[in-house]
Amino acid sequence: MTFPGSLDDTDAARAARYAGAEPVPLWHADRDLRGVDAVILPGGFSYGDYLRCGAIARFSPVMAELVPAARSGLPVLGICNGFQILCEAHLLPGALTRNAGLRFITRDVRLTVANTDTAWTSGYAPGQQLLVPLKSGEGAYAAAQETLDELDGTGRVVVRYASDAPNGSARDIAGVCNEAGNVVGLMPHPEHAIDPLTGPSGDGLGFFTSVLRAFAGAGR
Amino acid sequence: MSDKDTVEVAVASPEQPQPFAELGLTAAEYAKIRDILGRRPTAAELALYSVMWSEHCSYKSSKVHLKRLAPNEEQARQLLAGIGANAGVVDIGQGYAVTFKIESHNHPSFVEPHQGAATGVGGIVRDILAMGARPVAVMDALRFGPADAHDTARVLPGVVSGISFYGNCLGLPNIGGELAFDPCYAGNPLVNALCVGVMRHEDLKAAVATGPGNKVVLFGSRTGPDGVGGASVLASATFVGDERGGRAGDDGDGKATASKRPSVQVGDPFMEKLLVECCLELYAAGLIEGIQDLGAAGIACATTELAAGGEGGMRVTLDDVPLRDPSLTPAEILMSESQERMMAVVTPANVAEFLRVCAKWDVEATVIGEVTGDGTLTMTWRGGTVVSIPPQTAADGPVYQRPMARPGDLDSLQAAAPDGLDRPKDGPALRATLLALLGSADEADKSWVTAQYDRYVRGNTVLAMPEDGGLLRVDEQTQLGIALATDGNGRYCRLDPYHGTQLALSEAYRNVAMTGATPVAVTNCLNFGSPEDPQVMWQLAEAVRGLADGCAALGIPVTGGNVSLYNQTGDSAIHPTPVIGVLGVHDDVSGRLAAGFTTDAAQVVLLGATREEFGGSAWAHVVHQHLGGRPPAPDLHAERTLATLITTAASEGLLASAHDLSTGGLAIALAESCLRGARGARVTLPGDPFKALFSESAARAVISVTPGREDDFAALCASHGVPAAPLGETGGDTLTVEATFEVPLDELREAWESTLPALFG
Repeated sequence: MTFPGSLDDTDAARAARYAGAEPVPLWHADRDLRGVDAVILPGGFSYGDYLRCGAIARFSPVMAELVPAARSGLPVLGICNGFQILCEAHLLPGALTRNAGLRFITRDVRLTVANTDTAWTSGYAPGQQLLVPLKSGEGAYAAAQETLDELDGTGRVVVRYASDAPNGSARDIAGVCNEAGNVVGLMPHPEHAIDPLTGPSGDGLGFFTSVLRAFAGAGR
Repeated sequence: MSDKDTVEVAVASPEQPQPFAELGLTAAEYAKIRDILGRRPTAAELALYSVMWSEHCSYKSSKVHLKRLAPNEEQARQLLAGIGANAGVVDIGQGYAVTFKIESHNHPSFVEPHQGAATGVGGIVRDILAMGARPVAVMDALRFGPADAHDTARVLPGVVSGISFYGNCLGLPNIGGELAFDPCYAGNPLVNALCVGVMRHEDLKAAVATGPGNKVVLFGSRTGPDGVGGASVLASATFVGDERGGRAGDDGDGKATASKRPSVQVGDPFMEKLLVECCLELYAAGLIEGIQDLGAAGIACATTELAAGGEGGMRVTLDDVPLRDPSLTPAEILMSESQERMMAVVTPANVAEFLRVCAKWDVEATVIGEVTGDGTLTMTWRGGTVVSIPPQTAADGPVYQRPMARPGDLDSLQAAAPDGLDRPKDGPALRATLLALLGSADEADKSWVTAQYDRYVRGNTVLAMPEDGGLLRVDEQTQLGIALATDGNGRYCRLDPYHGTQLALSEAYRNVAMTGATPVAVTNCLNFGSPEDPQVMWQLAEAVRGLADGCAALGIPVTGGNVSLYNQTGDSAIHPTPVIGVLGVHDDVSGRLAAGFTTDAAQVVLLGATREEFGGSAWAHVVHQHLGGRPPAPDLHAERTLATLITTAASEGLLASAHDLSTGGLAIALAESCLRGARGARVTLPGDPFKALFSESAARAVISVTPGREDDFAALCASHGVPAAPLGETGGDTLTVEATFEVPLDELREAWESTLPALFG
């Protein structure tokens, strides 16, 4: 899905293609999901991050289609700015705030997969370590204590920073999911770790193959 | 300047005094304008000529020298035929063409580091976009005053955050660049931004206004009062000492009024991203006859250059220019350097579709005029004609043959060779010297800076900093790619601008080759002091001569460049600092080479000849604060042979790593290869250990050989005539120089990584 200011949309499409899916471009101004089986909200600076990251994009016409579809079980993955949009749209709890050091950070980070029951992580082993790039200025996950407790208690933290979160995320949370596990958001970029030639590893491909496996498992 | 200064008024009031000097024009230039027009210029015309004839836009002092850079027959073979050759577009094969350019934004970045640097990125990206190419990456070459100086702590973080903010938000990977410090840049930092773009051969666009009746469309951001006079007053004048720190508004728009508007522009990378995608869609739909980016000198430059490039006539209604500030005068509208604007020439039949595409991207677009066949650039405002000029006269500008003189202190500087300086005599002293150099700001790890840049976006980055060169995949099917590196060494050039420039060229060329790519083309950004100083002009002329001779020897063309003069505070100029960018073509990026030792028990080999060369070296600078003697002797033939050897060896799979030797010599190169590969090495030095470790002789590299292929590689070196000295083997967790010293990698890493964070937080 491309918003004005989306940047990693071609990369998300490439990752889907590498995984064996057919990427279908969606445009923010069209109230049309074009019959897709899953949606990726890519990284970038939608609407220039004006007001707040993701705050304007959530009002895009296409979101009026996406939100109910996601609530009905459509697999949705939000990466970086996409995660911010999902939080702004209240499909995921919490918010992303300025990095602890107040600077943009590009770094290859180690992640631990904490939940393998989501549509996007079912192909990983519990506790599996992934090496994936993080690149963001507002990537510190924040939420109320009770929300954090609930996320922890119900297994809705999907990935955590394996060592201290470089951006100051609460409880080292790198990504979370909704109650049904079909909507996942994370700050690091698995689409930039699909090929050791252009990324630090191929570890991120599992997000995209997982969702395809879910379809296969559903008898499609 | 009156708002109502029309051509009629100008004709009727020939004696009215005009503020030409405040706008940066000389009395002779003003007289020449009157001569061209046969009357005094209107206020708007005076503004237009003042920015177009500024040093920044007209290259009036450097033009006579830059002629040397025209490609010869061998060099021209790398260029795309047709208008591509004139525009310096490189043919990289498989139907792809590449355009790349580096440009300075030095003065704005001192006045307002964040916005100055940000808009430097924005400007060069539009430059590449206007060629018809999709911008695919940026790089930045930076110079600051002493790393521990108070003002550096203001300027450096601001510049880095500006580049980070703009480039990241625009979605262009930053794949490399340089960072160096020297007291000569204290009042005059250098911020040179490079952009590279890729297109198909048939997509090349021209900056011409052809076809009378075709419409002139201004699109992108609205025009505001920012950056008025940036080209003439800010970029083409020397900073005066007592203006330091508080001068941002002092020279404002150059008028003798109380106006204190900053001459620095303000950038909006989100708008630029929309503009990029919008332009690419307009190109793909075939809706554009001619295109020009708006940079320095804004609408003045875009209209005159488009008109001068075509049949020479254009009529513009300035009232139709969308403004952010309705109080702007015609002169200010023409001079404004508001960012994120483009100008296109569109056939009347295509205008509606053009505007529809712009609307899709939320880009404001307005028809402001049309192409005429009358050879005159005419602009009207509120019913009166405020500009009526032959556009070529503004576009061409004056040409000066400025006086030149070899700097008076050069003989004594060259005579003060570093031979007599105290040298480390034993193992512990050599070890301490290595750690001192590795931890010096120039050689230290630059992650503090580069971690703020997105190097991954677009998913085609194969190598990025801290590798020797950046490497991008261009075609996912064929693995065709391009490599880029920039280099420059002000100390070498201060000692000898001719050879110093060739050393910068050599290093960038060598860096590109270290990725396994074949160097094919050159761009440059010539940063010098005031052209009104004959000694600076001599340095500039020598540098250009060195670059021209060097490129001819390497057989690759200069495809374009930028000249930044007046880089001085008061009487003290910066070191002459030509920054040279080299582009290479990589046939198969999956066979990339990197600098780190990645394999245990791989043979480590030093390539090239090491001589007693310490003039301008990192050792002399860091240990003795000494600058004198002569820089290392460039050897372009040896560079060419070394590059061929590396690319051949890489394609045959003989190499496990490759790293060029530059400042700090073999010592720094070995330390970096160990640190980047997280793997030690055990080496034995040939000859005098100090010379072997710290000499900065050119045309050298340290490589590790794919285990089992040592004989093949040795044979290849012999057949290419490249001196190859096996030094030892990779492995372990120390860098060990037999019988001399040993340093654990942790200690090396601590020395290398702690410097910049300690300085900048």
